[in-house]
Amino acid sequence: MNKEINLAKDFLLDQVLRDYSNNSKDNEILEKIATLKHEKIQKPLVFVGCGTCGLGAGAGTTLEMVKKYFAEKQIDADIIETGCIGLCAVEPIMDVCLPGYNRMSFCNVMGDNVYDVLDKAFQLELPDSKMILGQLEIPGAKPWNGVNLLGEHPFFKTQKRIVLKNCGIIDPTDIREYIARGGYKSYIKAISVHTPIEICDIVEKSGLRGRGGGGFPTGRKWRFANSEKSDQKYLICNADEGDPGAFMDRAVIEGDPHKLIEGMAIGAYAIGATFAYIYIRAEYPLAIKRLQIAMKQAEDYGIIGKDIFGTGVDFHIKIKKGAGAFVCGEETALMNSVEGKRGTPRPRPPFPTTSGLFKKPTIINNVETFGNISTIIENGAEWFASTGTADSKGTKVFALSGKIALTGLVEIPMGTTIRQILFNMAGGIRNNKKFKAVQIGGPSGGCITEANLDIEIDYASLLSVGAMMGSGGLVVMDEDNCMVDVAKFFMGFIQRESCGKCIPCREGTRRLLEILESITSKPSSSDTEALDRFKGVMQIESLCKVIKDTSLCGLGQTAPNPVLSTLRWFRDEYEAHVFDRKCPAGVCKNLRVYRIDVDKCTGCTVCSRKCPVNAIVGSKKAPHFIVEDKCIGCGVCYDVCKFDAIRVV
Amino acid sequence: MSFLIDVNNTQIEARKGETILDALNRHGIKVPTLCHLKGKFPSGACRMCVVENVKTNRLVTSCSTPVEEGMKILTHSARVILSRKTIVELLLSNHPDDCLYCVRNKNCELQDLAELLNVRERRIKGVKNHNHLDRASASIVRDPDKCILCGRCVRVCEEVMGVSCIDFINRGSNSVIGVAFNHSLNTSSCINCGQCIMACPTGALSEKSHMPEVLSMLSDPSKTVVFHYAPSISVSLAEEFKMEAGKDINGIMNAALRKIGGDFVFDTTFAADLTIMEEASELIHRVTNNQPLPMFTSCCPAWIKFTEEFYPELIPNLSSCKSPQQMMGAMVKSYWAEKVGKKPEDIYSVSLMPCTAKKFEAQREEMTNKGITDVDAVLTTRELGQLIRLFGVDMHNIEREEADSPLGAKSSAGKIFGATGGVMEAAIRTAYHFLTGDELADLNVTAVRGFEGIKEAEVKINDLVIRVAVVHGLANAHTLIAQMKSGEKQYHFIEVMACPGGCINGGGQHIGASEEAIHSRLKSLYVIDDNAPIKVSHKNPEIVQVYKDYLEKPLGHKSHELLHTHYCKRDVIK
Repeated sequence: MNKEINLAKDFLLDQVLRDYSNNSKDNEILEKIATLKHEKIQKPLVFVGCGTCGLGAGAGTTLEMVKKYFAEKQIDADIIETGCIGLCAVEPIMDVCLPGYNRMSFCNVMGDNVYDVLDKAFQLELPDSKMILGQLEIPGAKPWNGVNLLGEHPFFKTQKRIVLKNCGIIDPTDIREYIARGGYKSYIKAISVHTPIEICDIVEKSGLRGRGGGGFPTGRKWRFANSEKSDQKYLICNADEGDPGAFMDRAVIEGDPHKLIEGMAIGAYAIGATFAYIYIRAEYPLAIKRLQIAMKQAEDYGIIGKDIFGTGVDFHIKIKKGAGAFVCGEETALMNSVEGKRGTPRPRPPFPTTSGLFKKPTIINNVETFGNISTIIENGAEWFASTGTADSKGTKVFALSGKIALTGLVEIPMGTTIRQILFNMAGGIRNNKKFKAVQIGGPSGGCITEANLDIEIDYASLLSVGAMMGSGGLVVMDEDNCMVDVAKFFMGFIQRESCGKCIPCREGTRRLLEILESITSKPSSSDTEALDRFKGVMQIESLCKVIKDTSLCGLGQTAPNPVLSTLRWFRDEYEAHVFDRKCPAGVCKNLRVYRIDVDKCTGCTVCSRKCPVNAIVGSKKAPHFIVEDKCIGCGVCYDVCKFDAIRVV
Repeated sequence: MSFLIDVNNTQIEARKGETILDALNRHGIKVPTLCHLKGKFPSGACRMCVVENVKTNRLVTSCSTPVEEGMKILTHSARVILSRKTIVELLLSNHPDDCLYCVRNKNCELQDLAELLNVRERRIKGVKNHNHLDRASASIVRDPDKCILCGRCVRVCEEVMGVSCIDFINRGSNSVIGVAFNHSLNTSSCINCGQCIMACPTGALSEKSHMPEVLSMLSDPSKTVVFHYAPSISVSLAEEFKMEAGKDINGIMNAALRKIGGDFVFDTTFAADLTIMEEASELIHRVTNNQPLPMFTSCCPAWIKFTEEFYPELIPNLSSCKSPQQMMGAMVKSYWAEKVGKKPEDIYSVSLMPCTAKKFEAQREEMTNKGITDVDAVLTTRELGQLIRLFGVDMHNIEREEADSPLGAKSSAGKIFGATGGVMEAAIRTAYHFLTGDELADLNVTAVRGFEGIKEAEVKINDLVIRVAVVHGLANAHTLIAQMKSGEKQYHFIEVMACPGGCINGGGQHIGASEEAIHSRLKSLYVIDDNAPIKVSHKNPEIVQVYKDYLEKPLGHKSHELLHTHYCKRDVIK
């Protein structure tokens, strides 16, 4: 086995990588590459989606059962654990590849179904249609009858996968597969053919903008750092993905870690950095593990280290685990954290490109930005710039979560509308509920309503409707969501995650949260409570303005966005809370009033016995009553009543 | 290089590389600040100094943003004023609002800002934080509820003092400033210097007050209350009474101390002279007997604790002399008590110091002799001012008086102890005399004077070349010790004072003094030296007398018992 691996290594290094520009027509070489890409297989091959999302859905058991199946049946087969292909909603996903046939993808394959699915697959039969996802075409292989191509699936059909290209397809722990699919060629080409400034030029011309949220032109940033003179420069990958509802960085690292390493290596060369850090949250253990494996392999192949491929270029990477503070995603706070200090932002200027990590010129980009680099170098700036809108080029990965039918990851060309993503690709709102809004850009972003669903996604258009690209989380809300509650959730998150350094963010977000709490709290007969509530509400907008205007870092400057955005589009909901003391969506428990329908109440006493505050009175077999002043709105009575006698008014 | 920038529609000259705030200040445009520390890297935490950058339509912090040619700034637009005011209102929404009870009432930057920005109603209300009041330290009281988290104390502790015993803890609105594991200050590496108090804009940090005990002793007829004051007090107390900075009010202070009920008033400068007698002798003894060198001065209790914590291996290099405060205390309760026929336990000895670390020093167990503490209470300059005001003494209309004798006479060598380099200069004057029998031709050793962080000099005495260094601001001590350890620098004698500038800028001094005021205090000490009839410690007549009558000789048996001490290694979290 080791011998085989070494042979493959020599082949990949000598025939594939060193020959980076020559797309070989040599049949022997093509044959070998096809084998490494699992296109020519001698024995059955099963892929199990083992990203964190898959494992959460039960892929671990699925994997165990697959192994058990082959052991029991004494079938010689290979099993590969892949990352997530993006359709998290239908995990666990298992692909079966039989020699000479297309790769067949099954979904919702729980441990119990494995035997059935495999039994049938080996007979070229299909299981329940709910478990069929589609087939992946393999050149020269026979198709499965009656099964659509995976690429025809609505979820994938309009995607353009650059960053996610290999995710869910390849074995993330095997560098051979990455190289066989064209990986690291761009890097070797970059350091062999191009000067650093040429790389900056290409990236600048491609129109790539930072995918971490700010959208600063990546090439321009690199150029700044390139022009700095310093004995040491640093490159940092920001993988501290902390937005609620964002998981694209995790998926990329778990599914295709070499893509990130290659992008970083090219970036480091472009600015003249020999040392790079990957700042990744400790809550991503699987991503860290796969990254460590990938880094080790890249070192083995001489892609990381000293004098890479004899070009004299050095490149080293170190992983720095973040301890979970959201603010450490802010670049200056992140650098403090890497330096071993408290993760609080520093004032800018000086900008990191001038004085960053350890006061040296530093570039920070996020995972997705680096994920685009190798393809830009491979296909050229024009190719990349041909996708997208005038303002924003290329593609963007979005993480879909919330009340959407198909949660998961999509990579779409810039300019796609949100309606297309939500309703054409992701299957619309779950349970046929009515769409209300989608929160885009995490807690710093804003919400987009029905009226704006047809805007074409790019940096500028999202800003124009009070939202922002952010890192690309799309949290979908339906009619059952209360927008005041949503704002309160995000405000609570930001308030907890504020670093506490600057006054407007530290004190201001707490006050904003308290105001939101006051309008969703239980109505009281006290005069001062009402007065305080109104006083608070009157301050919301002015407070938001000052927090936005004066906060030290991006976290604070965008902190009021959830409030401002919901206030802008759902003012009526706020008014219902403030004036009528009602939550139209019925979410805010404290504003719910429960009544017992005397006609339906049988006097069974269950509710009065379960009531935690003894707020329900009544004699046996006679209708009961709720003492409103005592009721805390917990809803226990509503849940326990067997006669549907308790109503929310 | 300079260019023009537009500020409030007026062109002003700005220099490349400076911050907007520097340019504004130079042109007399006032912008309020809170977290700003002059000369230190901006932290950008308080956002109070925001100004409007018209071209980018953004508010920027003037303390951290460099000027750019052609920039257009509005310093007091409606947007800017609203922002500043809201920031103060936000701070007040989480502040105890007990100004009337606060030690910093009427000398508080938060109060000043609220007044300046015309905060007249409680527009923003909210839940207030409640944290433990930390009274465990012998010197410093921390009230985190009054803290506005500007971080000035943290930066001073780290950057100026090189101690870093405090830092931010927790996140968001739960942030507090505290020591490791949020324990009490007494468990930390805090050296009690009190520079954090000087940096604090509010009442979150203050000295541990000894006022109540002193007041009760003043009214106790069975006690003889003895006051003795440090050399620097007479040139800094004036500012507590809104007098000219640096004015020497020694005579007025003597009179005031008697008016408030002090039975005897002594000058610790006497003990400074005594320190010089002992310390110069010790230096000569060490040099001639191959004992550990360099010798470090031991007058500064903050420096002593710093050594015990960070450089215990240097403890043998510390002079064994007690500090002047403790020598004074020891002499009062032995020599003087015997002389006037009082029992040591009936004497209540109150030391008036520019320092908070002296409070810690006074209660060290090494500073107790047979169950009798050398010094019973320590009041800072601020507490002294408070005490004098409490007793209704009008400092502007009072006749000068002399200190009591003995223990009241001084040489100006002891007086300059109050400034960085003073101990060194005084020691050189006397060491020269001890070794040669002559006096230095020029008594002014100017190389060790001034505010330079590390000062060096070589003094030739007979064939001996003594290399000396003077350090103040303990971060500089780290630097110097590192240089010594690497072999780069070698010295015989080093004076260390914890506070930048020495005792004239001690942690117990008047809060809110400008840099110029500190300089005036320094200048004043040297003017006193220039005009003094006795400029060397060994010629102080009372010193001569005390050795004749009581101590016999420097480093003698009695001296050893009363005037010398030892130190211990301290294991603290650093």
